[in-house]
Amino acid sequence: MTNIIEAEGLTKRFGKTQALAGVNLSAKAGTVLGVLGPNGAGKTTAVRVLATLLRADSGRATIAGYDVVKDAHKVRQTIGLTGQYASVDEDLTGTQNLVLIGQLLNLTTRDARARAAELLEWFDLSDAAGRTAKTFSGGMRRRLDLAASLVGRPSVIFLDEPTTGLDPAKREEMWEVVRRLVTDGSTVLLTTQYLEEADALADEISVIDRGKVIAHDTPDGLKRVIGGQRIEVQPTDITRLDEVNSILARVGGATPVVSGRNRLSVPVPGEESLPAVVSQLGAAGISVTELSLHLPSLDEVFMTLTGKATSAEETAA
Amino acid sequence: MTTSMVKSVTETTYKATTSGTDQTSGHNFVRHVLALAKRSLTKTLRTPEALIDVTVQPVIFLALFTYIFGGAIAGGSTGQYLQFLLPGLLAQSIAMAGVAIGQNLNADIEKGVFDRFRSLPIARSAPLVGAVVADFVRYLILCVITLGFGYLMGFRIETNVVAAIAAIALAIAFALCFCWISVWVGMIARTAGSVQGIMFLLVLPLSFGSNTYVNPATMPGWLQAFVEINPLSHLVSTVRGLLVGGPVTKDLLWTFGWMGVLLAVFVPLALRGYRRRA
Repeated sequence: MTNIIEAEGLTKRFGKTQALAGVNLSAKAGTVLGVLGPNGAGKTTAVRVLATLLRADSGRATIAGYDVVKDAHKVRQTIGLTGQYASVDEDLTGTQNLVLIGQLLNLTTRDARARAAELLEWFDLSDAAGRTAKTFSGGMRRRLDLAASLVGRPSVIFLDEPTTGLDPAKREEMWEVVRRLVTDGSTVLLTTQYLEEADALADEISVIDRGKVIAHDTPDGLKRVIGGQRIEVQPTDITRLDEVNSILARVGGATPVVSGRNRLSVPVPGEESLPAVVSQLGAAGISVTELSLHLPSLDEVFMTLTGKATSAEETAA
Repeated sequence: MTTSMVKSVTETTYKATTSGTDQTSGHNFVRHVLALAKRSLTKTLRTPEALIDVTVQPVIFLALFTYIFGGAIAGGSTGQYLQFLLPGLLAQSIAMAGVAIGQNLNADIEKGVFDRFRSLPIARSAPLVGAVVADFVRYLILCVITLGFGYLMGFRIETNVVAAIAAIALAIAFALCFCWISVWVGMIARTAGSVQGIMFLLVLPLSFGSNTYVNPATMPGWLQAFVEINPLSHLVSTVRGLLVGGPVTKDLLWTFGWMGVLLAVFVPLALRGYRRRA
């Protein structure tokens, strides 16, 4: 099966910065490709090249078989783009924002209005339809922005960090939307700084750092490479920390480490380890104030893949 | 965001959209331009201060120049000076009113609104042309306010209605050509503020180095040479002739020539600047 998104050897330089240093990306129709990386890794640049906003210095890319340079017009008929900074028109109302896009996509004014109303309802914005976008909260703006990119029912949707800056509840809502888009048959390319988000949504993940893809795998495959999940336990009674330590060592097959005040953490092979820990804690009669299953953080992923901290970390240090 | 709503979204069908051709057809181009012009107009009307340069500003200039300089320049007769000044001030106000479009477009690009337009299957030029078309309304307001307030101050059209309408039409048409300079500057300037700075550097010599305020006969020779080729001078002479009488043919041809030059030079420059702006 051919890939609906296909990029080969994309490079792009801005002055002294090599934003893209040979990026390959691909996604099959009806799937979510997660592009995971820290700030400044080249995620946005890659999306802008694929969405025909920016021309790469070299390399080639096709969307649904159309070249992003030679058939840019066809590509634009195929895609929807939601940028990192919600690009809604602040002086227009929710409805006006969406109707304008509909008219630019050659819908009749009546169809454009119907489509706008439909999308506003879907994104819980019906009440705010007549208000200017300037009065919208950050989350509402993001939703309006996403709605705007869906007016033309694109088969390929680019979401550039759609949840950055959203609170956890709004993030969950956004995830639901993405899942539904895929159910409807769209292909989604999503950039994110959160492994958790890529894991929750993506069929395949490309990890990108300094303009290069440094790993490409399914979420499970990636987790195997980077050491999978960790279980963290904090016993109520700290005198029983040693007993917790031996239970975790047994289940995880590795020496647990102290990961905070009176808290122990151990890498585990998979989700099935959690019930094992719970039943053994129960059998020993140890109550806990905290028990959780964690994915490694983006920093840990990068540590494992590159042997060094993320570029962002480095500059901060 | 309930499931039933989602169903309704996916089940609704409508004729999707895009014309089968590769390029946007002429008919669609006009529709896109009008939709984008409507957007610009809505924005302008939501922020009334965006109309100051075509309402309050010309009124203040008209009053200032007439009552402060009028007497001195026209030997005591402010009324006579107003007849001379108003057509010129109309042209000068038009040149200044063009500054705003470049600022607005620059701000739009900074905010990322244009990223959306650029990702849509519309002609690249449509957002720029749309903004210019919307400016038509601002220039019309400018002409009506200037003539209306001028009338209250005692200005009288000495020709006829047809000539007066022709004067307004010419002034607006010239403005729609002149503002492409501002559009271009808006594409290449880093910030909206610098658009204003650059444009004023250009507009001030053009408006004062002309026959707007005084008869150029007393100016030094090099300045007279500049006034001679200044496009605003020819616009002023034509509008003056159409409103208060006098020969217009030669200046009208000059004005048309300049309009052609402005379009031929600055439309391509603006479009190139827009394409290059990442």
